[in-house]
Amino acid sequence: MSNDAKRKVASVHSEDALVAAERILPLKRTLLALVRDRVALAGLIIVSVLVFIAVLAPVLSVQDPYDLAQLDIMDGRLPPSSTSMTGTVYLLGTDDQGRDLFSAIMYGLRTSILVGLVSAAIALVIGASIGLFSAYAGGRVDALLMRIVDIQLSFPAILVALIFLAILGQGVDKIIIALVVTQWAYYARTVRGSALVESRRAYTDAARSMALSDKRIIFRHILPNCVPPLIVVATMRVAYAIMLEATLSFLGIGLPVTEPSLGLLISNGFEYLLSGDYWISFFPGITLLMLIVGINLIGDALRDILNPRQEG
Amino acid sequence: MSSYLFSRLAQTIVTLFVMSVLVFVGLYMVGNPVDVLLSSSATPQERMEVIRAFGLDRPVWEQYFTFLTKALQGDLGNSFIFNQPALDLIFQRMPATLELAFVALVMALIIGIPLGVRAGLKPKSRISRLIMTFSILGFSLPTFWIGLIMIMIFSVFLGWLPASGRGDTVNLLGVPVSFLTLDGLSHLLLPAFNLALFKISLVIRLTRAGVMEVMQLDYVRFARAKGINEKRILRVHVLKNTLIPLITVIGLELGSLIAFAVVTETIFAWPGMGKLIIDAIGVLDRPVILAYLLITVVMFSVINLVVDILYSIVDPRVRLEGGSR
Amino acid sequence: MSEPILSISGLTTEFKVGKEWRDVIRNVNLDIHQGETVAVVGESGSGKSVTAMSVMRLLGSNARSSGKILFEGQDLLGLTQEAMQTVRGNRIGMIFQEPMTSLNPVLKIGEQITEVLMEHRGLEHRAALAEAERLLEKVRIPSARQRLNEYPLSFSGGMRQRVVIAIALACEPKLLIADEPTTALDVTIQAQILELIKALQQEEGMAVLFITHDMGVVAEISDRTAVMFRGDVVETGLTEQIFRQPAHPYTRALLAAVPQLGSMNGQSLPLRFPIVDMATGQIEPVKPTVDTVRNDADPVLKVERLVTRFPVKKGILRRTVGNIHAVEDVSFEVREGETLSLVGESGCGKSTTGRSILRLTDPTSGRVTIQQRDVVSADKQELAVIRREAQMIFQDPFESLNPRLRVGDAIAEPMVAHGLAGASDVGERVGKLLEKVGLSPSMADRFPHEFSGGQRQRVCIARALALDPKMIVADESVSALDVSIKAQVINLLLDLQEQLGLGYLFISHDMAVVERISHRVAVMYMGEIVEIGPRQAVFENPQHPYTRKLMAAVPIADPTRKRVRQISNDEIRTPYREAGFVPPSREYLKIGEDHFVLGRKQERAA
Repeated sequence: MSNDAKRKVASVHSEDALVAAERILPLKRTLLALVRDRVALAGLIIVSVLVFIAVLAPVLSVQDPYDLAQLDIMDGRLPPSSTSMTGTVYLLGTDDQGRDLFSAIMYGLRTSILVGLVSAAIALVIGASIGLFSAYAGGRVDALLMRIVDIQLSFPAILVALIFLAILGQGVDKIIIALVVTQWAYYARTVRGSALVESRRAYTDAARSMALSDKRIIFRHILPNCVPPLIVVATMRVAYAIMLEATLSFLGIGLPVTEPSLGLLISNGFEYLLSGDYWISFFPGITLLMLIVGINLIGDALRDILNPRQEG
Repeated sequence: MSSYLFSRLAQTIVTLFVMSVLVFVGLYMVGNPVDVLLSSSATPQERMEVIRAFGLDRPVWEQYFTFLTKALQGDLGNSFIFNQPALDLIFQRMPATLELAFVALVMALIIGIPLGVRAGLKPKSRISRLIMTFSILGFSLPTFWIGLIMIMIFSVFLGWLPASGRGDTVNLLGVPVSFLTLDGLSHLLLPAFNLALFKISLVIRLTRAGVMEVMQLDYVRFARAKGINEKRILRVHVLKNTLIPLITVIGLELGSLIAFAVVTETIFAWPGMGKLIIDAIGVLDRPVILAYLLITVVMFSVINLVVDILYSIVDPRVRLEGGSR
Repeated sequence: MSEPILSISGLTTEFKVGKEWRDVIRNVNLDIHQGETVAVVGESGSGKSVTAMSVMRLLGSNARSSGKILFEGQDLLGLTQEAMQTVRGNRIGMIFQEPMTSLNPVLKIGEQITEVLMEHRGLEHRAALAEAERLLEKVRIPSARQRLNEYPLSFSGGMRQRVVIAIALACEPKLLIADEPTTALDVTIQAQILELIKALQQEEGMAVLFITHDMGVVAEISDRTAVMFRGDVVETGLTEQIFRQPAHPYTRALLAAVPQLGSMNGQSLPLRFPIVDMATGQIEPVKPTVDTVRNDADPVLKVERLVTRFPVKKGILRRTVGNIHAVEDVSFEVREGETLSLVGESGCGKSTTGRSILRLTDPTSGRVTIQQRDVVSADKQELAVIRREAQMIFQDPFESLNPRLRVGDAIAEPMVAHGLAGASDVGERVGKLLEKVGLSPSMADRFPHEFSGGQRQRVCIARALALDPKMIVADESVSALDVSIKAQVINLLLDLQEQLGLGYLFISHDMAVVERISHRVAVMYMGEIVEIGPRQAVFENPQHPYTRKLMAAVPIADPTRKRVRQISNDEIRTPYREAGFVPPSREYLKIGEDHFVLGRKQERAA
């Protein structure tokens, strides 16, 4: 303690110590900083547009790509900007079953975003609770939980997802479970880490010495200060979850053929790629890429804004 | 040190055990492998025989116990599909996957570290920003999709590199490898780069963050005040301290590369164990799935152990101790 | 007088903030002659370190300097960075504040010394190693040869600073720049390092530019002094002259705020600091202190045989192989209106004692009573009641306020949580508390980062007062503050003691501050109280060898009282003991009224 104390004396005396004053940024300033950063703004716009398209898919699309009655096999594998017999314009072409790719992509986006957000939200709640509990409990409980987190994290996400899907089978609910299982540990570790840091800071001691209740200290003092790193991790994790879902669907073990998904669309176009019908795989891929890039750009900027000294 | 090794060994065994129980019970509850083993025209009589032959009529704990006793003797059962020992199957495919993963790792380090150092030394320059933008892109590119695009460009349109298979191999210490033949190398290039892409971005970011952090530290400032030339400051004071923490990351990433090879092997028809496991999952080939998992657990544990030992050798601040790290 | 070694004239350094350049130091003029020590003294933000870094040209690309820095007749500002490299570490050596981080943790000490010798003196590796060994001996590091092969990890802070000095002196520089080289060190270690620098300066005949915030160190070491204030040198002169007749109001204010060890001789009560009007330089008369100690009532705090140990565990089974005996058999009392100071160096257990009393750290054994209530055995509810009676103020004002809470809410929180105030009157009470600590009630809706360090510490005091406590544990509460702010906060603490009859347990490493504020003093060393008694008795008649050593090590802010000191080169020991160690029983000898000293003299002698 005392050496530490000495160092603090020293650091307060050094002339650049006042920089530390610019540490916290309430929500409003975070958003402002985000909009002011050109790259982050680009990400924000991309993501907004894609989400907008996904939400309005039923309105914007020319057909329901998963209603077989609306599909015409005669329209199969038409290149972009073709017109069907009935006069529909296929802006991005069609797949092998005569499905309008543009419509299919919009529906696929819906699924991708939904799966990404829901799995991240569940993983966040579970992981953050475990992390907070672990930090609060301390001692053996903490050591055990963190050992489990370590072991879990030493297994690549895709491997864990593969096992779970092998056991559970296909389906939106199943893939969400698999994604939650692969992701909770990241949140747990992040929250536990920052909660420990915060609980060792003097303001927590001050709260304890004022005999405030544990509940109050945890939820009013510690947790709010753990939020910034959590937001950063969550943004990056949503992007990763979307990518992982697409990958698993591509491998044919994620979502079933009846569920529209970008990964599945890409997989469908795989066999036609070599014969030069590039669009079936290409356009869904570009959409997926833009979505992930957009989220990552925001996440990257958030990391710089929220904790300028940390990275990794 | 020995108590450290012992605790790591104990941890690995516990992980292996828990993993095998979970997966075994999990797989037991899904589907019936008998459907896979028999054609749909099989009589109930044949059905019963097969069930008895594989011990599928016993309760699950008994089946697990049988599995465990055999596993301890090195027998993880025969593949339902290939009717060969599952372990043999995996060991046949393992060199291909390991080669792919290692080459990808080397690529990630060779490309990632210099770019990361550059971006970390002058974080505000145009080139550094370009590198960082590239790394976000690399982070965001779905491996499987960029693999397809690479095949389209380099194999279909340009026709420079082959799109599938492993090419000619030669035996190195009794293990077939591709990278020593020209044909093998040309087959290796695309899949390895595909697999490496994500990790290149990761290495860039980690190196950059490390360099930026170390550059601000007191001892670098002091080294400047000592009048040490910039080259030595970079080489001895900055790089050494930046790269040491990278070792732990590399360990984890090697494991991750082996796992993600599943995707790359599927796209490039690379005959490794990733392809094997995907096929096995598709048909619920239980012994192969289990064997694959157990082997990977062992592999990851060994990698982590090697990394920890390496780390303690190069960083005087780290002492290996039993229990928590 | 001969030509100066270093002659700074018209030096202005600017930093780029956003898109504009902002000057941090303006028109600095300073000469240093051979064999001379010049101190540059100032508080945070005065620009003293920037001056040093400008001379070394180490400020990086977002800073620029203009003016002239003539070193041995050569203008350093005109040199290229490559040419500067042959000056730095070769003809000018530099030492930084932080010995713990100045050395590269993954390089052996030997290599960190030899790299300078090879770079500047062109020595071969073998010759450089031999020279490195000689250098370590020169800075009085025992068994130098073996230590060359060790990593910084196995060196204490004081030893590391010696290594840093050895490196800075490796090429026999004409000038040594020392930037707060002892600020991060304990006072006895500081004394060793100061003595070392003085001795080496005489051996080498070099000039020293010594940067510090500590007037005591200035008086101790420098021939001439430059006082800096917000980027300007406001006064330069012979050190004795400046201390005797400060010309600038700021210098006067600074000196008035500096506690001088021994200046309280003959005084039995605490004493406020005089406050100087910064515009006129007029010193306001000090309000006399009232005797606040209530000897008639029961003590507010009673500590009996308090023991706090931290187990050290090893192996897979986490077996306890030893204990840190942080607090060992400590007993004392604090009365209403009384200040008892716990004083000692790093690791002596003074902070742990404070934390154990409020059960922020659980004590191993012993009895603590606050207002007749037992703390150690208290359950949650009882503890909540007890904690209303005794509050704590922490060291770091940057850390001890939740950055996301407005200060008004932070002060209101304990009152609301304990039901002492309702929604209707809480705002008014917060305003009153803010006024009581010298802030304005309108500041309640600001966030902590909108306050300066001193103001934040006032907020912390207001928050501690919110529960209307009888007793306050102040853990290094003024240590992180600048001298002038420190004086104001101490005055505030004394005012509050008079108004509210508070008992203070004042934990500090700073002997001079302790002398100013205490009624009684307890000196701690390795977890034990080695001497306890009325302040006047302990300071004027110290009995335990460690107390004497501590007193001798404190630099005194009066150049006429420069002492020839016998400094031992001991390190500070840690109170680690193997498991199963049974501490010998203690015996306190009565020296005078209320004045006790720990027995077992030979063994304890430090």
